[in-house]
Amino acid sequence: MDAFLLQVLSGLATGGIYASLALAVVMIYKATHVVNFAQGEMAMFSTYLAWQLIQWGMPYWGAFFLTLAISFVGGVAIERIVIRPFESHEAELSVVTVFIGLFLILNSLAGWTWEYTLKSFPSPFPAEAYLGGYLSGHQAGLFAVVLVTLAIVYAFFRFTPLGLAMRAAAENPDSSRLVGIRVGWMLALGWGLAAALGAVAGIMVAPLVFLEPNMMGFVLIYAFAGALLGGIDNPWGAVIGGFAMGVLENIMGVYVVGTELKLTVALVIIIGVLVVKPAGMFGRTVVTRV
Amino acid sequence: MKLDWRIAGLAAAFIAACALPFFVSDYRTFQFTLVMVYAIALLGLNILTGFNGQFTLGHGAFYAIGSYTAAILMAHYDVPYWATLPAAAAVCLLAGFLFGLPALRLEGLFLALATLSLAVAMPSILKWKGIGELTGGVQGLVLTKPDAPFGLPLNQDEWLYFFTLAVAIVMFVLAWNLLRGRVGRAIVAIRDQPIAARAMGINTALYKSVTFGVSAMYAGVAGALGAIAVQFVAPDSFQVGLSFVFLIGAVIGGIYSISGAVFGAAFVLFVPHISEGISRAAPQAIFGAFLIVFMFVMPVGIAGFLRLASAWARRRIQRSSPVRGEAS
Amino acid sequence: MAALLEARELHAFYGPTHVLHGVSFAIEAGGITALLGANGAGKTTSLRALCGMIATRGEVLFDGRPVRGKATEDIVRLGVAHVPEGRGTFASLSVEENLRLGAYTRKGRDGLDADFERVYRYFPRLKERYRQQAGTLSGGEQQMLAVSRALMMRPRLMLLDEPSFGLAPLLVQAIFDILRAINRDEKVAMLLVEQNAAQALDIADHAYVLETGRVMMSGPSAEIRSDDAIRRSYLGY
Repeated sequence: MDAFLLQVLSGLATGGIYASLALAVVMIYKATHVVNFAQGEMAMFSTYLAWQLIQWGMPYWGAFFLTLAISFVGGVAIERIVIRPFESHEAELSVVTVFIGLFLILNSLAGWTWEYTLKSFPSPFPAEAYLGGYLSGHQAGLFAVVLVTLAIVYAFFRFTPLGLAMRAAAENPDSSRLVGIRVGWMLALGWGLAAALGAVAGIMVAPLVFLEPNMMGFVLIYAFAGALLGGIDNPWGAVIGGFAMGVLENIMGVYVVGTELKLTVALVIIIGVLVVKPAGMFGRTVVTRV
Repeated sequence: MKLDWRIAGLAAAFIAACALPFFVSDYRTFQFTLVMVYAIALLGLNILTGFNGQFTLGHGAFYAIGSYTAAILMAHYDVPYWATLPAAAAVCLLAGFLFGLPALRLEGLFLALATLSLAVAMPSILKWKGIGELTGGVQGLVLTKPDAPFGLPLNQDEWLYFFTLAVAIVMFVLAWNLLRGRVGRAIVAIRDQPIAARAMGINTALYKSVTFGVSAMYAGVAGALGAIAVQFVAPDSFQVGLSFVFLIGAVIGGIYSISGAVFGAAFVLFVPHISEGISRAAPQAIFGAFLIVFMFVMPVGIAGFLRLASAWARRRIQRSSPVRGEAS
Repeated sequence: MAALLEARELHAFYGPTHVLHGVSFAIEAGGITALLGANGAGKTTSLRALCGMIATRGEVLFDGRPVRGKATEDIVRLGVAHVPEGRGTFASLSVEENLRLGAYTRKGRDGLDADFERVYRYFPRLKERYRQQAGTLSGGEQQMLAVSRALMMRPRLMLLDEPSFGLAPLLVQAIFDILRAINRDEKVAMLLVEQNAAQALDIADHAYVLETGRVMMSGPSAEIRSDDAIRRSYLGY
């Protein structure tokens, strides 16, 4: 029972990472109906930026918030410069290829700038165990940070006029224009927010897995699985799905298939959900008119 | 008129292809062999994604299955290299069809994610200790390149080149035949207007699964050839990046055409080398940037662009006297 | 008096298809103008063209300033509220959120509460349902919501695309009465596109009749209403 609780709790902690990235992916998906395959790489790049700032002597939290700000601006810029020209393209293929291009650029730029050697990333949280030894200091801290971030994002969308406008722009761009919302900029803002969210996820996961250019690959797959599980068009379903994936990953890894096939299991889940209920647990089934 | 040009062009290309190995180094011959291998794989991808509209990010997984089928047969059962091709084809045809069945219900993004999962899982599956005896685990399997048969005066690279060329021609003719007949029209109809297609009596479910199978079969044959050429299979050779590379190659070559597969394959093999030359340090970044610009400038791919260009050229040649009063 | 909104030789295109052929009309401040015609005459297209939602050629002047070619969201910010075909409500958002979005472009929160009160006075039903998801409202309620959202923008001109569509006759009468009241009390000019010519001519001062993308007839609504030939040829009754 003890060990089980340990797996569940630490699963929730890592699940928070998946949940943040899943939310970022779903935010962009809701607004643009494309999945940002490069979300993980953007997060990775942000994490490297944070690392560099810390190397240059900036205190941890200063670096954290500065990185968030830079990531936000970066996300806005990427949307306006790289994605905007393709917004009208019918072919999904073109858009996906662009994302792959973005993926490659970010991945290799990171490798070129900071090399492929593993780096350790500091944690601002004290090392001692929490909750009776079930969670390490970093895991507890990570969990808290993720919860606070998600709460802020929720409050932003729910209670601010800008958040309302962004929700409107994602749901019905034509009507949004009719009330004067600049839909293009709403999309850019969405990208900025998603980038910042990704940065949080990356910075929080880095102390656990070592910083290297390919570190977000697995995280992104789990985030996708979580987003699908929760419903690809439901932001909060995605969050729940992300947490669920964290717990499932640990349970499966320890009790069912062993750590080797953990990833395979995530993928079986993806396929299973897609086949049985593509809308996920909380998503809306899309009915198309003939 | 047009047909003659195309036949002449194909004939010239064939003659050039046959002459090639005798004018270039063995390494270059090997590279061109790989171009043909990728072309076969890309052709399968074009059939599935370009012509049938089923978005796949898992093509590399079936390539891997083909490679491993060939490798296992050659390494453990002493099956001659040429016999592994039909075996790989059969295995992948079945695997693709079986995967295609549940995938039927998925569209666009969802299918992409499902196939992506397959591609990401492949290395882990191949490394699984349970089948380690067969697959050689993390180390993989080593193969020997075949010698030219009947004492032909060709070295191994040259023989493999011609063997691959023959297989490639067969596969391309097969695809061409398939796509220009009733089946091909049905496949395209399913892409463009799936509901109307079904209303006209086309069994979309069957066609889609079979197309998946056929696409996988092409990847499998290519994989088998690739394994023989490279003389080696290992799980990490078949990472998810391979599927991305295939997709990129297909899109750049021109995913809605047969010839696009050839352009795409050449691109995939030679361009990463080229961009490496430009910037030692960050070749992939250049590649990525190039990709984005390319999508903006030429979304129909090289093949599509050539088709548009030749149509434009033909119109200019035919326009001996301008026609007045045409509404623009 | 210079017209509030004026279209001069306006052409509109859906892709390569030419759908409006040089229409011209003028809407006076504070008045109600009806745009009539059969199905496919180009009425909805005209409204879309005015708002910059489709490709156009020609001139559109709002308050004497040229607006043709501007982005929809910029035209709208000048004081034009468009209640589109199909209502255009944000289905997953609540009634209150929909109304709040109407006020999105307004600087400062002053008068916001008063505006809500005003809207609820015209449409008490909306106040009852202010927390409800807009997509679950009935057709009539959605129409009320769409008009209210436009009102929240404090517009100088309201463009209404077939407000009677799909509504029971009693409800249509009620809505048109309210539209007349809004025009009178809020001093909002209106351009009304309608297939239900009778209702439209009832409240409009002036009317234009369109057919296949051209203005066939125009004049004070009393004239249009009394002309049998026009009624039979263009208005179908």
